Amino acid sequence: MNFPILSSLILLPTVGAFFLFFTRSNKQNNFTVKYVALFTSFVNFLLSIYLWILFDHTTSEFQFVEQRTWIEDFINYKVGVDGISILFILLTTFITPLCILSVNNSIKERLSEFLIAVLIMESFMIGVFCSLDLVIFYLFFEAGLIPMFLIIGIWGGARRVYSAFKFFLYTLLGSVLMLVAIITIYWLTGTTDVIELYSLGIEAKYQNLLWLAFFSSFAVKTPMWPVHTWLPDAHVEAPTAGSVLLAAILLKMAGYGFIRFSLGLFPVASEVFTPLIYTLSVIAIIFTSFIALMQEDMKKLIAYSSVAHMGYVTLGIFTIQQQGIEGSIIQMISHGLVSAALFLCVGVVYDRMHSRLIDTYGGIVSIIPKYSVLFMLFTLAALGLPGTSGFVGEFLILMGAFKDNFLVAVIASIGVIIGAAYMLWLYKRVIFGKLINNDLKKMIDLNRSESIILTSLAIPTLFFGFYPDPLINTIEVSISDLIETYNFRLASKI
Amino acid sequence: MTNLQLVFPEIFLSLSIMFLLILGVFKKNSSKIIQNLSLVVLLVTAVITFNETVGIKEVKLFNNSIIIDYLSSLMKIVTLLATFLVLIISSNYLKTFKIFKIEYPILILSSVLGMMIMINSNDLIVFYMGLELQSLALYVLATFNRDQIKSSEAGLKYFVLSALSSGLLLYGCSLIYGFTGSTNFNVIANQLNSDEYAITFGIVFILVGLAFKISAVPFHMWAPDVYEGSPTSVTLFFTMVPKVAALTVFIRFLYVPFLNLIDQWQMILIFLSIASMLFGAIAAIGQTNLKRLVAYSSIGHVGYALAGVATGTNDGMQSSVIYIIIYILMNLGLFSCLLMMKRENQYYEKIEDLSGLSKNHPMLALSLMIILFSLAGIPPLAGFFAKFYVFKSVIEQSMYFLAIVGLLSTVVAAFYYLRLIKIMYFDKEKEKYDTDHGLWLKFSLTFSTLLILVYFIFPSQLIEVVSRINII
Repeated sequence: MNFPILSSLILLPTVGAFFLFFTRSNKQNNFTVKYVALFTSFVNFLLSIYLWILFDHTTSEFQFVEQRTWIEDFINYKVGVDGISILFILLTTFITPLCILSVNNSIKERLSEFLIAVLIMESFMIGVFCSLDLVIFYLFFEAGLIPMFLIIGIWGGARRVYSAFKFFLYTLLGSVLMLVAIITIYWLTGTTDVIELYSLGIEAKYQNLLWLAFFSSFAVKTPMWPVHTWLPDAHVEAPTAGSVLLAAILLKMAGYGFIRFSLGLFPVASEVFTPLIYTLSVIAIIFTSFIALMQEDMKKLIAYSSVAHMGYVTLGIFTIQQQGIEGSIIQMISHGLVSAALFLCVGVVYDRMHSRLIDTYGGIVSIIPKYSVLFMLFTLAALGLPGTSGFVGEFLILMGAFKDNFLVAVIASIGVIIGAAYMLWLYKRVIFGKLINNDLKKMIDLNRSESIILTSLAIPTLFFGFYPDPLINTIEVSISDLIETYNFRLASKI
Repeated sequence: MTNLQLVFPEIFLSLSIMFLLILGVFKKNSSKIIQNLSLVVLLVTAVITFNETVGIKEVKLFNNSIIIDYLSSLMKIVTLLATFLVLIISSNYLKTFKIFKIEYPILILSSVLGMMIMINSNDLIVFYMGLELQSLALYVLATFNRDQIKSSEAGLKYFVLSALSSGLLLYGCSLIYGFTGSTNFNVIANQLNSDEYAITFGIVFILVGLAFKISAVPFHMWAPDVYEGSPTSVTLFFTMVPKVAALTVFIRFLYVPFLNLIDQWQMILIFLSIASMLFGAIAAIGQTNLKRLVAYSSIGHVGYALAGVATGTNDGMQSSVIYIIIYILMNLGLFSCLLMMKRENQYYEKIEDLSGLSKNHPMLALSLMIILFSLAGIPPLAGFFAKFYVFKSVIEQSMYFLAIVGLLSTVVAAFYYLRLIKIMYFDKEKEKYDTDHGLWLKFSLTFSTLLILVYFIFPSQLIEVVSRINII
């Protein structure tokens, strides 16, 4: 493998951003700016598809590994993918062009700066998913804060400053402890190379504290109850494209981190802390579902539903069952598609009515039918109806959970019902009912770019709902290998 | 006699200072010539230092009272280059206030001479001599804008408090001399008897004096007032250059004679470091004046640099040196931005004067944002690596408490850096600032921003330069 495909994936959006930087943005050439960004991210998507085609899913080895000396005798720039990470890269490259396509209506000023931020964000996110060195991982993980802070702060809603600060400081606070843990790992083992660490293992007596340090970072990012409070604020105030990035990709970094690092590096500690994760996940599922039920703001409702969905993900990961972890990854991919779509749906009506309150709407099914159909599809996918990708993930997770812990699984299953309740109730109140608000009559149905975006999200949602094999094939071997190593290392206490 | 070439940089610098002084007295309106000549002198001195001393392993001169080694050469070059940059960007500011006088470059040069002697010192007396030479020049520099009451106040305050700390420092020196019978660092190291509590007292007094010079908490009180009152170009000098010399002396003093007493001084340094990091972060939150805010932020950064020294290892010391170099770079950029906030012969230094900068001056705002994120220690900017190296060496010594408090205070500090970014990017714009900045000012801003931005591509170079320091 001579062509550095992963580095190209990471670098390409930054190069695109660099070009945008030198294109002055004004009313006339807004198109140029947009098409440069769209073109870059689309090429990146094609590149990642090519990566998927080349990817050999019969092995759990890391593939396309590139390694360069970065800091002498200390850190190597090392990237590579296995079955666990490749899907997240695809998700990132798939969502970003849609985000860029969606800015038409929502971003009115400083478009080129916005697109630069989005593209740089894409670089960092791909970097997170393919880095095979702890320090490089941390670098990408943290660096993503800068563009996201600006996206929320500059293009956000009324309380954007508060939300941007909350987002930044919460995540930074969680992450600094991870930095301490990474340096500690370096001094314990003499390396930060993930592949080497997998084979070396870390002494059991250190694992608990290190696990907690990583947990503090991932828990904030996931977000798990009780440190989830930044998420609704950030989502509500962020512009649509920002919410989409946040929900679809940023949250997945933590889930990915749990699988890659918490399970991979600290099996003993993971076993110790599984009850903690279970408790927090179950609370997240039940508690935030109830909160979601009471929301009057659509974006806030979807934000809380994200917390609940991520609760399933963490639950699934720590079942340490083949189905559980597979389910978690599929759930993350599906949530990436569905929550992105839901935020875009909210964005569509928000751009027309400038209100996110549920009360504003009602009875719009006859006015904007195309929209109502697509919105229904995503609502059903969010509540996990069979035939949508949401079902596959949730079902596998619950199956894994039943194998591991009956009680937890039962409680989590109750969450599915509440989930159905708030999503359907949301749909009913927005789309059906009597048309009271006369302003709604002036609404126009989806325009071309909105249709393209929502349809391209709907296709994979349905496709993977009926036929999840491509996803499962990709991740299967890597996960079974991960679980095998996990159990082996658990038995030998390293 | 052959060894005299090793102190040639200092000799050359002092002769040049005298020459420039005479030239300035006898030639009317010579401030521009002297400014330019001073720049040449600084560069030439740096080149001489590089040529004569970088290859030298370790040589002691003048009855072992002066030491030339890699640490001193490196720090001298850093000092000289930083001073060079300060001088080239300050001329516009001085012209605005009509204080573009011959004394300014000459005072700065004499202060640099003092710092070079400090950096070279291997003896308490030589060290004190250098310290006083640099301080005396700095007192005058602080009051340089003498028509403004704040500037005079700053100088006076600095003088009184600094004199007090010098007194403490001398008292410490005399205690150490009394109990070891020498002022030479190496002799002290041999004569050391760790049972003598008086020596510990001596160390404490000297550390207090040094902590004052480097403005570490709890000896920082002068810094915000002096930084605010002094002319901005002098504040820039204050925040960057004297810290290099003071840090070198910190390292030399603690690592050469007193490394065996590490148990005694390590606690003090940990305290200084933690207090500075926390206090710098928390106190900066309430500030409304940018120069005061920079003062508190520099107090915080000194805390991080001292954390590296507190480890008592070669790695830690090197990480401190890396920290101070990167810190200088960031401060240079920060002050270049401050010096650009000028409208009709008036400089603006309130925080709200930044508001909406990104609309009116997008490039300036972008650079300032990069610098601020770097100061906050967010990857992948240079400031992150500076902190990373320091905490790496701190954790190596299992000083987890220091590491965790330090990292948590970066989160607190991130708050006020973010606040500045928020004001620049999220708030309504005000009137535009002038754009006819000198070429040098633009150069220094671009230079520092680009280095901060691309540092992550070539991180090994700086490490390689610094890793040749070896004094233990």
